[in-house]
Amino acid sequence: MPETIVERFEVKLLSILDESGNADSSLMPPISEDLIKKFFETLIFARTFNSRAISLQREGRIGTYASIYGQEASQIGSALALEKDDWVFPSFRETAVNLTLGYPAWLMFRYWAGDERGMKCPEGLNIFPMSVPVGTQITHAVGASLAMKLKGAKSAAVCYFGDGGSSRGDLHEGFNMAGVLKTPTVFICQNNQWAISVPRERQTASRTIAQKAFSYGFEGMQVDGNDVFAVYKATKDALDKAKAGGGPTFIECLTYRLDDHTTSDDASRYRKKENVEAWEAKEPMIRLRLFMRKKGMWSEAYEESIMKKATEAIDSAITEEETFRPSEPKDIIAFTNAELSQRQIKELKDRGWQG
Amino acid sequence: MARINMVEAINMALRQEMTRDKDVIVLGEDVGADGGVFRVTEGLLHEFGPERVIDTPLSELALVGAGAGMAAYGLKPVVEIQFMAFLYEGLEQLYSHASRFRARSRGRFSCPLVVRTPYGIGIKGPELHSESSEAVLCHMPGIKVVVPSNPYNAKGLLASAIRDPDPVVFMEPSRLYRSIKAEVPEEAYAIPLGKAEVFQEGKDITVIAWGRMFHDALDATEGFDCEVIDLMTLKPFDEETVLNSVKKTGRVVIAHEATGYCGLGAEIAAFLAQEAMMHLKAPIVRVTAPDAVVPMARLEDYYVPSKEAIRKAFEEVMKY
Repeated sequence: MPETIVERFEVKLLSILDESGNADSSLMPPISEDLIKKFFETLIFARTFNSRAISLQREGRIGTYASIYGQEASQIGSALALEKDDWVFPSFRETAVNLTLGYPAWLMFRYWAGDERGMKCPEGLNIFPMSVPVGTQITHAVGASLAMKLKGAKSAAVCYFGDGGSSRGDLHEGFNMAGVLKTPTVFICQNNQWAISVPRERQTASRTIAQKAFSYGFEGMQVDGNDVFAVYKATKDALDKAKAGGGPTFIECLTYRLDDHTTSDDASRYRKKENVEAWEAKEPMIRLRLFMRKKGMWSEAYEESIMKKATEAIDSAITEEETFRPSEPKDIIAFTNAELSQRQIKELKDRGWQG
Repeated sequence: MARINMVEAINMALRQEMTRDKDVIVLGEDVGADGGVFRVTEGLLHEFGPERVIDTPLSELALVGAGAGMAAYGLKPVVEIQFMAFLYEGLEQLYSHASRFRARSRGRFSCPLVVRTPYGIGIKGPELHSESSEAVLCHMPGIKVVVPSNPYNAKGLLASAIRDPDPVVFMEPSRLYRSIKAEVPEEAYAIPLGKAEVFQEGKDITVIAWGRMFHDALDATEGFDCEVIDLMTLKPFDEETVLNSVKKTGRVVIAHEATGYCGLGAEIAAFLAQEAMMHLKAPIVRVTAPDAVVPMARLEDYYVPSKEAIRKAFEEVMKY
């Protein structure tokens, strides 16, 4: 008996908008001018939030914060492809996803300031509290999307994680179950090249992270994660497929973490400035601005007005966050169970936390 | 009313809860055509179909994690873990997530998940098929831990666990699955969680036990005037019932199958030392397994507290 090839796979890389702001019209999805502006304006808004969050941390006004600088296209492009009934299972570095979907900025600040109430998702939005342990939210998205399928809902769950998260056993078990049960799940890996100080090539020996999906019986693809159009298209297609009963898709967004891992990190200890600078030229805003300029959709005055609006909105979000009534110690116990136990009631009483 | 064993009683509870609430979904390894390795889910696939009785890959992390995600979305998943030790892989999902959805989201999301798993020695299986790790679970804020001791309370407690709005681990004593039968009503009923049962009243010694060990402790009481409490819910345990009994008897023996070090008996003893010191006539005595891993079948009877060891504890507290 001869040896035969029993399986092959191909990993596509989707790229629409290049660094000079030229879009490949053959691949360009139908996107209105309003949506393009929304990409740009949300990017400015998220970036304003991000830089202010870092300043607030330096001033001691919030705690440790994980920057999204450089990854905005992956987050905004994917989030804008979602529909109202889709659920989102984010990691801790998805600020722009939340903001794009309308999660109040002041609540995000409040969370990073150390207040659980910041992760009380407003009604009408289905964004799960960010998962601090890496990759552990993957199976939650599988379960929620399985529930959608069982209930006959025409919706999907989107799960975000990073290149580091792709090394976890959670990915194996989550992907495997999603593949077998054909759940309407879209897995988005923002491969930002770094898991704190460990570079992508030490995270996995496979050539792409995307190809892992093929082992579980569904498609994995790469997209230019700094290209908002490519991310939008890939996510939209994956969501459409999921909602039509086509099962899960894995999208690896190739992007770069331009900042430190968090405000507690110093990336200069482990990576070269030149490498970071090379990626700075590829960051998502430059190319989107160039594209819009070519289309006559951008002017300095326009950007300034958007910047001003974003700054004002973030200022007011910070004021709202900082003047929010303090959380109460009783909340430590009160939300542990729907109904408190004899012990918990006594513990509230002994500490004088009732009322 | 039929006399049935615990496997049949749990099966009946599952069937009735699935009939009562279409959001109740059973999932696990071999729960479908095979009916589960202990046959607890027998017939459910036929009755409710593959969308509500889901055979999953061999994947305990994903069973607990996906179960938690399903629960957060609004279903009532009942996950079967074949043996307690296999739940260890799912502990991160219980500790870091299922137990915290409610607190982390300040009530926006919750996790009405049930994890069923057999525990304890009694089936002469390979290594890691006989664990009693309830204390690990009881230490997790937000998780409830329930252990039935007979077919009647197994049915009623499981109904409550499924209807509970928070995550519950339902530990089934594998030794008792088929060894005892009891009258179990056909109609559905629920036994509230968090309440212990004073099975037998007495005035000299309060005996606290659960699951399989409840029967050994009860058998050991012959010749002693013991008040025997079947704890049933381990987390949160019924402090009021335990305290009232100890105030009456002044002597306490706690028997459990798990290792003693940081076992649940330690929590109960510490609670009583603090709340009932002035009523105690004798030291609180725990009868437990030693601080050692669960042995395989040939030695397991030496590991689990014997009736004689429990009687010795009674004799000891009666010296005071």
